[in-house]
Amino acid sequence: MADIFTSDNLIFMLKGAGVSLLLALGAVVIGCVIGILFAAAKLSKSKLLRAIGTVYVEIFRGTPMLLQVLFFYLGVPVLYQRITGTRMSADPYMVGLIALSCNSGAYQTELIRSGIQAVDKGQWEAGETLGISYPVMMKEIILPQAFKHIIPPLVSEFITLIKDSSLISNIGALELLYSAQVLGKRYYDYLDPLILAGVMYLCMTVLTSYLSRKVERRMTLSD
Amino acid sequence: MIKVEHLHKSFGELKALHDINLEVKEGEIVCLIGPSGSGKSTLCRCIHGLEKPDSGDIYLEGERMDPSQPAKYAEQRKKMGFVFQHFNLFTNKTVLDNCMLAQTSVAGKTKEEAEQTAMELLARVGLADKRDAYPNKLSGGQKQRVAIARALCMNPEIMLFDEPTSALDPEMIKEVLEVMKDLGTNGMTMVVVTHEMGFARKVADRVVFLDGGEIVEQAPSEQFFSNPQSERAKDFLSKVFYD
Ligand SMILES: Nc1ncnc2c1ncn2[C@@H]1O[C@H](COP(=O)(O)OP(=O)(O)OP(=O)(O)O)[C@@H](O)[C@H]1O
Ligand SMILES: [Mg+2]
Repeated sequence: MADIFTSDNLIFMLKGAGVSLLLALGAVVIGCVIGILFAAAKLSKSKLLRAIGTVYVEIFRGTPMLLQVLFFYLGVPVLYQRITGTRMSADPYMVGLIALSCNSGAYQTELIRSGIQAVDKGQWEAGETLGISYPVMMKEIILPQAFKHIIPPLVSEFITLIKDSSLISNIGALELLYSAQVLGKRYYDYLDPLILAGVMYLCMTVLTSYLSRKVERRMTLSD
Repeated sequence: MIKVEHLHKSFGELKALHDINLEVKEGEIVCLIGPSGSGKSTLCRCIHGLEKPDSGDIYLEGERMDPSQPAKYAEQRKKMGFVFQHFNLFTNKTVLDNCMLAQTSVAGKTKEEAEQTAMELLARVGLADKRDAYPNKLSGGQKQRVAIARALCMNPEIMLFDEPTSALDPEMIKEVLEVMKDLGTNGMTMVVVTHEMGFARKVADRVVFLDGGEIVEQAPSEQFFSNPQSERAKDFLSKVFYD
């Protein structure tokens, strides 16, 4: 039983945890960029842009994430082949990152939109009377203030991503859950690797919320 | 300098402004006074374009302001500075950065030039030592003086004030009015919405009295206060002056 916890196996699992963490980090950052763009679209005066934003958000929030992962991994290559006539091979890590980012982008769109709307309208009006352009206003004034409001929900989005990155195990990316399954299969023992994976997930999520609470406290102090 | 012709503005059913005609000459200080809800803020905001009038025209130095010509319209708006009741300082920026952002991003000045202008104007409102403070560390009076300096940094020809002292504690009203008076003495054209009757009487050249979205009466300030013509102005003045 216990001979499953060799240092090699532990390193193997830790590597998997690293992949999970990197996937989540990458997705939260890319998702944030997506979120800013689509939030701006949803808040714009143009009906078309607003519609595009809404459709994007609804699609990614309204379908199962596993379906999205499989769609990008198995569906998109077929689509690519139909259109271009040439094959493409999908890298599971890359596809996983894209799927997670797109999904998180939809949730972050709503978060960032509400954050932007929570910024005092007077800030926009001051910018308007000074002649400051929309992009400068967004970058210098509105987004920094919006993000201050939405850091807590962004952190829980990150925690969700750490857990949801386990869905990528379905397409063969060696992240934490799939690493546990590989060990389980090798030793005909799923219990210990799954418990170990669970503990590692917990370490990552609990540590993240602990750190974020500390940062938050410091930020409210500096306010 | 500014000419408003047949300006109408409604919010849904509510007629906030009805057929407003107003002229402000260069160097003139005009106070807009009137009861709450009479349309003073709306008029002030329409002049700058923060509210879009339903109909009517606004001329700046003889040229019509026309939002359908965005480039020219933007240039015209740059000639006006605006001061809000609630200051609207950028809360995530220091006092100095508040004063520099538009200079560097709109007027195309270098950081050095922008900082020099900002410091000159902050010194003029007596707040040079607060350059690195964030707005939430300032008193209301200080915030409003920074807001005035920030607007002046863009070198406007006209300053519009929408109740600049209404959100202030009583002991801070004077420091802001002093800054405004000083501006007027130096020849700035100003339109001031205010409930400070002392300021309107002593500093303004002319008083425009609004009620129910209409200009009921306008007169040189001394004349308006000592000898109001309309019943509504008399009534208003009897309510605001306690004796
Ligand atoms: N954005 C808006 N939407 C709807 N109604 C508005 C809006 N702004 C102003 N109003 C209404 O228009 C009328 C004129 O308002 P305005 O703010 O110009 O009055 P005011 O003279 O500045 O009053 P106060 O002294 O209270 O500031 C009021 O009845 C007000 O409720
Ligand atoms: Mg008002």
